[in-house]
Amino acid sequence: MSSLTGYLLVSALIFSIGLAGALTRRSAILVLIGIELMLNAANLNFIAFWRYGPNAQALTGVMFAIFSIGIAAAEAAVGLGIVLAVYRHSKTTELDRMNSMKG
Amino acid sequence: MNEPMTPSMIAFSPALRILPEILMTLTGVLVMLVEAVLKPRTSRKPLGIVAILGTLAAIAASVYQLFLPAGTAFFGTVQSDAFSVFFHLVIGCIVLVTLLISLDYFEGHTSFVGEYYALILFGATGMMLMTCSVELLMVFISLEISSISTYILAGYRKRSATSPEASIKYFLLGSFATAFFLYGIALCFGATGSTNLYEIAKGVADGASPLLLTVAFGMMLIGLGFKVSLAPFHVWTPDVYEGAPAPVVGLMSTAPKAAAFAVLLRIAYGAFGTAIHIWMPLVWIMAVLSMTIGNLGALTQRNVKRMLAYSSIAHAGYLLVAFTALAPMGIAAASFYTAAYAAMNVGAFGIISYLSGYNEARTSLSDFAGIARRHPVAAAAFAVFLISLIGIPFTAGFFGKFYVFTAAINSGNAWLAVLGLLNSGVAAFYYLRLLAQMYMVPVEPPREADTAHARPAFILAMAILVLAVFALGIFPGRILDLARAGAATFSGPANAASQTVPVALLRR
Amino acid sequence: MTPSLYLWLLPLFPLAGFAINGILGRRLPKAAVSAVALLFPAAAFVQVLWIVARAHQGLALPYLERFATPWIAVTGFHANFSFLLDQLTLVMLLVVTGVGLVIHLYSVGYMAAEDGYWRFFSYMNLFLFFMLTLVLAANFLLMFVGWEGVGLVSYLLIGFYYTKDSAANAGKKAFIVNRIGDFGFLLAMFLLIAHFGTLSFREVFANISAHPDLQGGFLTAIALLLLLGATGKSAQIPLYVWLPDAMEGPTPVSALIHAATMVTAGVYMLARAHVLFGRSPLALAIVAIIGAATAFFAATIGVLQTDIKRVLAYSTISQLGYMFLACGVAAYSMGIFHLVTHAFFKALLFLAAGSVIHALGGEQDMRKMGGLRKKLPVTFWTMTAAVFAISGLFPFAGFFSKDAILAATFETPGEKILWAVGLVTAGLTSFYMFRLWYMTFFGSPRYDESSAGHGEHGPHGVHESPWAMLLPLVILGILSLAGGWIGWPAALGGHDWIAHFLDPVFTSASNAQLVVPSAADFRLERILAGVSMLVALFGWWLADLMYRRKPQLADSAEQKTRPLYTPIWNKYWVDEMYGAVIVRPILALSRNLLGRGVETGIIDGANTAMTATASGASSGIRRMQSGNIRSYAGWLAAGAAAVLIVALYLSHSF
Repeated sequence: MSSLTGYLLVSALIFSIGLAGALTRRSAILVLIGIELMLNAANLNFIAFWRYGPNAQALTGVMFAIFSIGIAAAEAAVGLGIVLAVYRHSKTTELDRMNSMKG
Repeated sequence: MNEPMTPSMIAFSPALRILPEILMTLTGVLVMLVEAVLKPRTSRKPLGIVAILGTLAAIAASVYQLFLPAGTAFFGTVQSDAFSVFFHLVIGCIVLVTLLISLDYFEGHTSFVGEYYALILFGATGMMLMTCSVELLMVFISLEISSISTYILAGYRKRSATSPEASIKYFLLGSFATAFFLYGIALCFGATGSTNLYEIAKGVADGASPLLLTVAFGMMLIGLGFKVSLAPFHVWTPDVYEGAPAPVVGLMSTAPKAAAFAVLLRIAYGAFGTAIHIWMPLVWIMAVLSMTIGNLGALTQRNVKRMLAYSSIAHAGYLLVAFTALAPMGIAAASFYTAAYAAMNVGAFGIISYLSGYNEARTSLSDFAGIARRHPVAAAAFAVFLISLIGIPFTAGFFGKFYVFTAAINSGNAWLAVLGLLNSGVAAFYYLRLLAQMYMVPVEPPREADTAHARPAFILAMAILVLAVFALGIFPGRILDLARAGAATFSGPANAASQTVPVALLRR
Repeated sequence: MTPSLYLWLLPLFPLAGFAINGILGRRLPKAAVSAVALLFPAAAFVQVLWIVARAHQGLALPYLERFATPWIAVTGFHANFSFLLDQLTLVMLLVVTGVGLVIHLYSVGYMAAEDGYWRFFSYMNLFLFFMLTLVLAANFLLMFVGWEGVGLVSYLLIGFYYTKDSAANAGKKAFIVNRIGDFGFLLAMFLLIAHFGTLSFREVFANISAHPDLQGGFLTAIALLLLLGATGKSAQIPLYVWLPDAMEGPTPVSALIHAATMVTAGVYMLARAHVLFGRSPLALAIVAIIGAATAFFAATIGVLQTDIKRVLAYSTISQLGYMFLACGVAAYSMGIFHLVTHAFFKALLFLAAGSVIHALGGEQDMRKMGGLRKKLPVTFWTMTAAVFAISGLFPFAGFFSKDAILAATFETPGEKILWAVGLVTAGLTSFYMFRLWYMTFFGSPRYDESSAGHGEHGPHGVHESPWAMLLPLVILGILSLAGGWIGWPAALGGHDWIAHFLDPVFTSASNAQLVVPSAADFRLERILAGVSMLVALFGWWLADLMYRRKPQLADSAEQKTRPLYTPIWNKYWVDEMYGAVIVRPILALSRNLLGRGVETGIIDGANTAMTATASGASSGIRRMQSGNIRSYAGWLAAGAAAVLIVALYLSHSF
């Protein structure tokens, strides 16, 4: 097993864990954490593909990973803000309670 | 990557390639700064007017870009060409009209409206940037700029219970889809060694790791399919549209979709143009699913905003039908449909925002009974938008569908067109029901919201949209020419760079 | 260089009328609304007369007028915004503007007491705009624009009495059924684009004419799809169900849109596309069969209807069937001839029926009429002219056109059965029209004199209508008598003027060859004319027997023919069948599959109420499922998995 394959497997595993977390957790915060895991799995892929790819001096993978970390941070900040806004109304962060709209 | 040699050999700053985005950003920053020094309880209208002026400047800048030779800038990350200009104009006009509609919407209901305008401007920056990105990193960043802004905007009726709920639903599911998108990009990078669309196109053409590329495209399709609410990634749409403020729904059901469709066009036809066999069946299936689920879902829906949400799913499906057509014609048809759909849908939500007011006083179908008597002009405008959504001739909706289905049939996808036509037949039913409610049900006692009077800005916005619906329906020639010019830029980077400027379009 | 005819102005007249009444009508006095409503159609009519005069002076037809070239241009296809004038268009223009104007005049009297007077007239003018666009269009696309437009206005006008649920539903039904037809039309257009790259009548037909080897095949497909469109608009089997319900609209609407003009658009389209149909014997045969079958079935249903307007509706369907039959045996000019005479006498029938309904304060049931001959003399005499005309009695208009169609059918090899069906239908037509005549105007009054006067139409008991309504009746009465003389056949010593006039349009078809009729042909035609005359008289005699001389006979006949009677009375259950087979499954699919399955949502009223009362009522299960972000995320993940699986499967299969 080459090292690249190993990284990819780990990344896929992290993605799956994040996915499972996002699907099963009831707290909005924990779901957010799951999604962050999924994003980081992708970042790991970028780094791995860059490091073992044919064009390592182009830095594309690193650039992408750095930008995506920054964006994920912004997203998390906004997400927590929205969770707060919801909390102010319904006094809960339980996703199962947020179902006043359906159909 | 160096600047491509332009035929004219006139040196110009690469910043001109993103001039509209720069203008939008600066206006947004200005609005936020001024907001900070304004007194808390004063009207925020001046900020709205500043935002409108900034948007007008950005639209003008987009038109100016038509005179530049098509080409890339900033290390090949952005490319301004007729295609990007087309979508810049569509998005710019949507934002302009949304700002006009919003000008009086929040008056007296909430402070911090300055942030609202700024968010719209920043979101629009992201959307515009999406349409001219030819590098997936740029696509991802601009997609996130636009998404994060719309997440917040969806929750802007802070005091209502539904609005924050819509916001969090949109946010969580949106980030969820984004994760797939990012993972897809990562795989694409792994398969081709680049995130530049033209480099990827080369890799795809070489047939490098087809398996990885298939999965990569599938994951990117998931992310973008979510943004444009294609089935089976549509589930969020009805809830979010119901909860978000009506002017915002008008914006977010059109502008981000236009941008995401532009990206999808660039990825599908541009980067994966030689791997049509991978994505054509997927697109085929998703188009059928979206049309059917959207229309059937709307059929028994009693909440008007939800009904239009389902209808927007169906319209995304019609638009996707264009993707099954061969390159130049399909791209042109899809681009035109985006514009047509934007005009009628922003209009429909604009009217809803006017008739139901900030408190969303009218939500169910029966609340619209007899509107024609009480608000004859608003009802007439609504009727125009609905008729266009049905697809009656002389309106944008008809020619949009006509082009899309013509393109599909010309490329041998007759069955898809048949399914699409059947669907639009079913769709007539629920639009008509709303129309009948407005015109054919006796007047109900007046409601609180009926004291509202149309402000000049709102009337101007509706006039623009009604005119656009008819203009696109009766004389679509010029905008169609621009769409075709945009489609022609897809032949490749070299071609795009040397492509002659379609200035002739403007002189016609 | 031909001088301009200003065709573009023609549809703009009624459009202006629509705009003025639509925008300002609410604030204008009634007289001003009427003036606008009449003036603009009148201007259009005058222009048509002027065009006729120009044509008489030797204007070269066909004449083409372009406005935007190209209107639309897409890769592989372009269309112009252009109008075409030939003999066929001219005939249609005369009918549309002429009959349209007369009916507008009538409406001024008929609608006088109605709410939304201005709204009515703005719609009517809008209708004329679209109808003129349809008729003048020089390509299928522009024709379709008019085609959809008239459908939309028809929807608005059927639902004009919006307070009635039945009216709103009838409007919706008309619209939806027509959408099915339009679906065919659209597909036909797509096929035309795919094969010819153009939708222009001239280019398509020239292209077909230039390729004698093009027979059947995709041309049949296009022809059949166009036919589907035509059956929708012209209310033929299988899409006729909307027209009887359309009678919920005001009577002038029934006269103008659902009798004289819009419903004949299908026939016009068949005639317009005759080159195409000429290359597909199969499609033509189907047109003929649909026409004959519709004519017959609608006539049988008409025999038992008791609502005066519904009798007329079914008779319209039946007469349109004759026109289809004519087109099906390639006797297009006969079809158009019948279209013209039918426009006269059917518009008159509706207007006269409207006058009766008006006099009785809104009563439409013929069982509650009777004996109105003396009270409504003008209505009676004009209606008589129309009844004679539709029954095909010499020398009224219907005789010439119907006889021409039957003769043409008889002379077409292998269509003798269709001729027989047509002949029987003629007898049925005569029967039910005289039935209507007797039930309305003869016998003893069965209406309630006191209640009749207190309807919405006036306080003075049963009375003759105002002059604005009677003048149109008289004009159309004269036309119902003399209008057919333009087609007085050569066999009976006439000149067959209309056929010769239309010849230049239809002889361009490769299959039409001018045969010089022989004396034997004339003798045959005379015999056929005599036979159809006899059949019509027999129908009259039977109606006279059952509804005047021995009224009890009608009841006993009804008793004896129960097995036959029941299906006809129920209109062969076609509405119910459509409901069960098409409408209900779609609604059920929407409600169950999407409502419960995919969206796990709540759609029907009870459930909506439960969600409104929120937390307490909604059970844990619903809270788990509906509106839940996590279940949504589950759907997203499942969709993602499906997309990836499909993609992988596909990439392997390639």
